[in-house]
Amino acid sequence: MLFFVTIAVAQTQKENIEVRGNCNMCKMRIEKTALKTKGVKYANWTAESQQLTLIYNAKKTSPKSVAKNIAAVGHDADSIVATEEAYNALPACCLYRTVSRH
Amino acid sequence: MLKSYLLLFYLCLLGAVNAQHQVSGYVYSQENSIQSPLVGASVYWENSTSGTVSNDDGYFSLAQSPENTVLVISYLGFKTIKLTAGFDKPIEVILISDTSAALNEVTVSQRRKALQRAFFTPKNISTIGSAELLKAACCNLSESFETNPSIDVNFSDALTGNKQIQMLGLTSPYILFTQENIPNLRGSNQAFGLSFTPGTWVESIQITKGAGAVSSGYESISGQINAELIKPLTAPPLFVNGYRSANGRTEINLQGKYDLSSKWATSLFVHANKRAQLTDNNNDGFLDAPLSEQLNVLSRWQYIDAEKGWVAFASFKALTDSKQIGELAYVPDLHKSKSQYWGGELDTDTWEFNLKTGYVDPEIPYRSIGFQSAISHHKQVAYFGNKNYNVSYSSFFHHLVYQSILSNTLHKFKIGLQHMVDVYDETILTTDITRNETNLGAFFEYNYDGTAGFNAIIGARVDYHNVMGTFVTPRVHLRHAFFDDKSVLRISAGAGRRIASIFAENQKFLGSQRKLFLPQPTQPMYGLLPERAWNYGLSWIQKVTFVDRPFDLILDVYRTQFVNRVVVDWETPGAISFYNLDGKSHAQSIQLSVNTSLNARIDLRFAYKTFDIKTEYRSGLKRVPLQAENRWFAFVGYNSVLEDGKQWRADVTLHRVGKQRQVASFTTPSNFVSGFSLLSMQLTRQFSNQFSVYAGAENLLDVKQTDAILSSEDPFGAAFDSSQLYAPVFGRMLYAGFRFNL
Repeated sequence: MLFFVTIAVAQTQKENIEVRGNCNMCKMRIEKTALKTKGVKYANWTAESQQLTLIYNAKKTSPKSVAKNIAAVGHDADSIVATEEAYNALPACCLYRTVSRH
Repeated sequence: MLKSYLLLFYLCLLGAVNAQHQVSGYVYSQENSIQSPLVGASVYWENSTSGTVSNDDGYFSLAQSPENTVLVISYLGFKTIKLTAGFDKPIEVILISDTSAALNEVTVSQRRKALQRAFFTPKNISTIGSAELLKAACCNLSESFETNPSIDVNFSDALTGNKQIQMLGLTSPYILFTQENIPNLRGSNQAFGLSFTPGTWVESIQITKGAGAVSSGYESISGQINAELIKPLTAPPLFVNGYRSANGRTEINLQGKYDLSSKWATSLFVHANKRAQLTDNNNDGFLDAPLSEQLNVLSRWQYIDAEKGWVAFASFKALTDSKQIGELAYVPDLHKSKSQYWGGELDTDTWEFNLKTGYVDPEIPYRSIGFQSAISHHKQVAYFGNKNYNVSYSSFFHHLVYQSILSNTLHKFKIGLQHMVDVYDETILTTDITRNETNLGAFFEYNYDGTAGFNAIIGARVDYHNVMGTFVTPRVHLRHAFFDDKSVLRISAGAGRRIASIFAENQKFLGSQRKLFLPQPTQPMYGLLPERAWNYGLSWIQKVTFVDRPFDLILDVYRTQFVNRVVVDWETPGAISFYNLDGKSHAQSIQLSVNTSLNARIDLRFAYKTFDIKTEYRSGLKRVPLQAENRWFAFVGYNSVLEDGKQWRADVTLHRVGKQRQVASFTTPSNFVSGFSLLSMQLTRQFSNQFSVYAGAENLLDVKQTDAILSSEDPFGAAFDSSQLYAPVFGRMLYAGFRFNL
């Protein structure tokens, strides 16, 4: 049980950041990219809300570094805009700047 | 959004194997009567932030929290629709173009693709959904597998009408049955337990081939079958089902539910069946199916508080069942304990109580804790001619599980404790036997959900058992997706062990005059050792598109190798011997299946299975008797377009069973009996969303085994034997029924 206690007392924080995207493929990419960032424990994004919920260890990472990693794979995150190059590498259905969700 | 994810975690907590409680469905567009999947349609809950879009197949899946009541489906250029009901089953939505004034109605229907092979989990799981369960002619769990090629249904004996199911070439004692993840049908419940769960109570069934989850126990050897029952919160307010078959079986099912508040709901399930008609289609003077009566009642209570993260279930079940078997002229009051006519009676009374609770911290959705507790009692009083067998069996089960993550949600784990006590008190012939088993186990299961198509579940448990001692059970499941997720390879390996309840599991031999031989007459366990086995397997799923139709090609190869087994040897006429395996025993199965849909209306399934099932008997290594080496399966399902709640549904299933080996009798040596085909069909007319009528036929080709009971003319003689059954006794069987719900 000691193990769980150590998790509980770590600097666990929860925050929502805005991430732009379209579809379930975007969702997979955004969440997996977030989870690959060291210190992120939980990530959940929905197309409807355009929000990514993060639970992370504040000692190891920050929403800013997660946003950077997500922007690097083509999704505008928080205040960081993805480069044209990263954006254009997305599959056609994920091109949120041109394809409308509705 | 968090709440909808919370709900997902509750489901994991309660052990639902997949997203059963997700709302899912398909969105189509329709133009000139041609339907095509609508990609990218918005599907969301009104007044919430929870939503999704349909994928390339028009498919969507979305979690539902209690406050989500109105589902909105919209797509530019089409009429937006709102749905408020029918979320318990996959939804089929056809959006109508906004500009077409002639067609301004929206069709919503249940999607009937009800048999699904899991694609994303490392375990090889197929799910039988509620739509598929409707295709089973009748009536209880043992008959729910006839449209699924992963499970084979065998005939147990010529007296009780009991059916025995089989997976990967091994019969039911080697399959772990769980009901909502609580082990069920264990010990003395084994032989008839499947017929004690009415089919209409079942919401879905998950079949796991190969080693099961360590969290469910160490007893699964060839696989695991989990049945989820209908949940009070999602049940219809009222459901009535009536059924009548030409062999005299009448069934009535009544189900009602009541919402006590938005968090509390309760359901009452009542099932009764009766067969009073004497039938003897094979003219051997014996009843083809027993005279029987059953009353079965289940009360369920469900509580969910999504905001605080609590969920709970409580269930109480009571059953009384009686069967009369034997000669047509047998009347218990006149002929019991005499040798004028052969007959028998089996009276069973059971009750069970179980409780499940779970908690998820709403702020930390990846952590949960769950506790399950179950108590059951089973009492059977029976005699078969001059042989009696009584058993009283009590079972206690407690299960505590904690789930969380390592570093992030790609690495999940489960850790827990399980405690089981089984108390047996049996009387076989004139001998009293008591047996107590106690087990305390601890398990750990790690689940890796990789980013590059690789998933793994690695688990182990350590058990301390009063008879088997301390032992470790490891199990591994690996999955890898290739070629853009068009191919999936799964590999599994694991150990299992169990203590055979030899009398309960082999009751069918009481319907013979075979003499019983045990290694030693004394307790405990008459010198029989616990059964131990390893199961290995691999499965390949290939999705291909051929002439614009999607095909699933599935290859499953599994092998179970016994380290020790209680060999049931009835090779010698007039004898039944139990002894420990001395040599080899294995069951190997290869299954090749193809599933496709010709269009949105017609589903097709084909399967071929080949088995190699051998055991070393005292007389040598032999194929296990009454096991077909080859089996073929074909299924065609059709449903018409649903209009104003009206629909036609039809399906036809063909099972071809290859030749089987019969053991020697006093008059004939061991030989092979030729194969046969079982053809069944069902037709359903749904008159409205509330009312439907169905009729069907089983064994349309009228296959009958004429020598089902050997020496039926001299039932008290040494050659009498009702256990050599390999085919139906009854022949063609017609039935009809109705379903009504509010």
